[in-house]
Amino acid sequence: MNYKLIQIPNKSTVLRWFYLCMVILGCTPGIAQSDQDALMMKKNEFCTGLMYQQSNWDQYWEGTLKRENLNIGTMKTQMVGYMGMYGITNKLNVFASLPWVKTSSSAGQWKGQEGIQDVSLWLKYWAVDKKGEKGRFGLFGLAGVSLPVSDYTIDMLPYSIGLGTTNFNARIMADYQRGKWFATGSMTYVRRSNVELDRTAYYTSGMHYTNEIKMPDATQWMVRAGYRYKNWIAEAVADNWTTQGGHDITRNNMPFVSNRMEATRLGANLKWEDGLVKGLSFLGGGNYTPEGRNMGQATTIYGGVVYLFNFSKKSTSKTDSPSSK
Amino acid sequence: MKNLLYILLIPALFAGCNKDVDDVSLAYPVLQPTKTDANAGTWKTMLLTTPDQIAVAAPTAATGPDYTAQINEIKSLQAQLDDDGRGQINYWGAGAVLRWNEITRELIAKYNLPPVNNPDGTYPVPDANNPLSYPFFPFANPPYASRAYAYVSAACYDALVACYHYKKLYNRPAPYVVNTTVNPLLPKTDLPSYPSEDATVAGVMWEMMKLLFPGEQAAIQAKINAHLQARIASGANVRSDIEAGYALGRAVANLFVARARTDRAGTAGGSLTIQKQFEDAAIARGETPWISQENPKRPGMLMLFGRVKTWNFDSATLLSIRPPAPPATGSEKFKKELEEVYQYAKNPSRDQIRIAQYWADGVGTYTPPGHWNAIASDEFVKLGLSEVRWARNLALLNTAMEDAAVACWDAKYLYFSPRPYQMDNRIKTVVGLPNFPSYTSGHSTFSGAAATVLGYLVKNKSADFEAMALEASISRMYGAIHYRSDCEAGMACGKRVGGFAVTRAQNDGAGD
Repeated sequence: MNYKLIQIPNKSTVLRWFYLCMVILGCTPGIAQSDQDALMMKKNEFCTGLMYQQSNWDQYWEGTLKRENLNIGTMKTQMVGYMGMYGITNKLNVFASLPWVKTSSSAGQWKGQEGIQDVSLWLKYWAVDKKGEKGRFGLFGLAGVSLPVSDYTIDMLPYSIGLGTTNFNARIMADYQRGKWFATGSMTYVRRSNVELDRTAYYTSGMHYTNEIKMPDATQWMVRAGYRYKNWIAEAVADNWTTQGGHDITRNNMPFVSNRMEATRLGANLKWEDGLVKGLSFLGGGNYTPEGRNMGQATTIYGGVVYLFNFSKKSTSKTDSPSSK
Repeated sequence: MKNLLYILLIPALFAGCNKDVDDVSLAYPVLQPTKTDANAGTWKTMLLTTPDQIAVAAPTAATGPDYTAQINEIKSLQAQLDDDGRGQINYWGAGAVLRWNEITRELIAKYNLPPVNNPDGTYPVPDANNPLSYPFFPFANPPYASRAYAYVSAACYDALVACYHYKKLYNRPAPYVVNTTVNPLLPKTDLPSYPSEDATVAGVMWEMMKLLFPGEQAAIQAKINAHLQARIASGANVRSDIEAGYALGRAVANLFVARARTDRAGTAGGSLTIQKQFEDAAIARGETPWISQENPKRPGMLMLFGRVKTWNFDSATLLSIRPPAPPATGSEKFKKELEEVYQYAKNPSRDQIRIAQYWADGVGTYTPPGHWNAIASDEFVKLGLSEVRWARNLALLNTAMEDAAVACWDAKYLYFSPRPYQMDNRIKTVVGLPNFPSYTSGHSTFSGAAATVLGYLVKNKSADFEAMALEASISRMYGAIHYRSDCEAGMACGKRVGGFAVTRAQNDGAGD
């Protein structure tokens, strides 16, 4: 987020807490994606905020067949997320997030679900920083873990608030900035744990007499490119999520947690740091799902506010972020 | 750069862990009956008039070149046996009746999918003569499933009684007894091997599955081949044991197929005209009629299933055990019960959701009768039953559950009562809302019948089965799809239905 060096004036703690409260209570929620972008916090910088996200679909892919379902109507998933990111060093950041999720549909009698979903924790390491004559290249390694923090049901898709897996993520990310323009690409491997149902048998493409479900792992790629200069970032994003296995939803069946799930999304993000209140940034964006399999054709919008603190007495940093000029 | 590698290595550590799941069914041990039930040929059958109603020719002598050739078939199969072959022997060795009951459950789960509507808002009807084009035949919903389990189990039972009759009559010992150079790869038994009980079951399944899952012929044939080859490779049977058993099984099954073609299940789907008659009758009584809550409105499921032929009692008895009318929708009692469901629906606890989902057995599952077959199988495996007793117990259980479906569906369409969600749209559900009238609860009726039969068959578990049935019943209130009256009346009726199967069990000569 600190695409330029932001130094919070070393004013009273009271004022800082005032800013924090303003962020948490006041503002538009949204989503920060610090595990997905090439931005780094400096040592002792702490960035925190709240995000709101809403996702709607009225069509979904039953296997490869796109269909509507008049007994669901429009499926809506709302999320309020807390996120925080901290610079352990200039090259090593830690990022955490915790979303609350609520599902509902406009038709049918199914009861939407809500609750705290999965906490995630990421380490982000800035491994390579090469400055050339025309641009600057960065290479990042990320490792993350996410796990459910509430005992939500996973056996009520699409109304379940999550899939219940504990995930171990490994991501490699490359970033190149030339002038005010940048491009970032990343690949992620998601090791997903098995999950358990509240029943003792289930059918996928064969019968299983156990409550445990073997979950396929997943991969994700993402590319993002756009304008990154001073207090603005405007970018286009494309990403794809693909499970490494799983079965298709059969005709007119319910979705299942170990389905083969694929989604390609196209979207755009904006980040803007408010000049008046140092450290305050606004985020927003959205995406659309042109291609998918066993998932809803979702349109998603999000927005949020984050605030940056610097806990160092003074900045000892000599290194700046790849995006700063 | 080194640190980057470390970070990327963290998930790699976990990636090494094995994700394979322990499957209860695959862990079932090889069957070693505690008693052979060698006199089962005298047990009372369901449809066969006498155990020798289907003739089985005497086997050729267990000497001479023909029998030697059959022994050599065993030896040559054993000589080329690999891990997969040994796995097949042990898989089928857990019990023919058990494995084919599981296969039936699997097909039920595969086919338990309501057809999607046509663009004009009507619903297509699966066609048994064209099972592989959408909508696939059958839609294996709970009544259909109960009937499938009943026919498969009852036909296996009668065929095995006949099989055991001929075993005793011809008394041909197992190949490894006749020829001690044959290596038995399954536990030895004193039970004569001609005709083969496994092949008898396989023959039954071939004919029954043609009727019940006509689109699955190739898959069934492949399983039959694997099953019978495993029996020969195990040294338990020679080919002539298999051929005689298979023919016997098919012939007995055809008696059941003939019954199935005239049991009125073929017309149980009804029509919108018939549904209108039920609706009008409810209105004439001053009641709120059931209305499908699906969009577009789907005709009620198997609206004439209440007229299907029962197994353990006659149609006059069916009338005598018919549940009394539910509380009128205008009554205080009804309002109280509706409010109770609303309270469950408003803010269900995680434990209520767990119980509702544990027993839901909805779309894409083996249905509540399948669940009770799974529960029963887990118990029967521990008891080490002979094949014929396995078949007898499952026949009692499953004929009771089809009878339960008939009694329940009779009440459902007679009273044609609305679901809670129809009466109060705030009552959202945590399980699927079945597309048929509310009173009485099918789960409760199935479970009452099943627990009664299983409690008789496994007496020391009687209280456990009772508790399970009660939980299955109340799970429908937690799921917010049934009123208390639906559950209580269903349970009471189910227990009475189960009682008729117990009476049969007490008089079939099998003893405990």
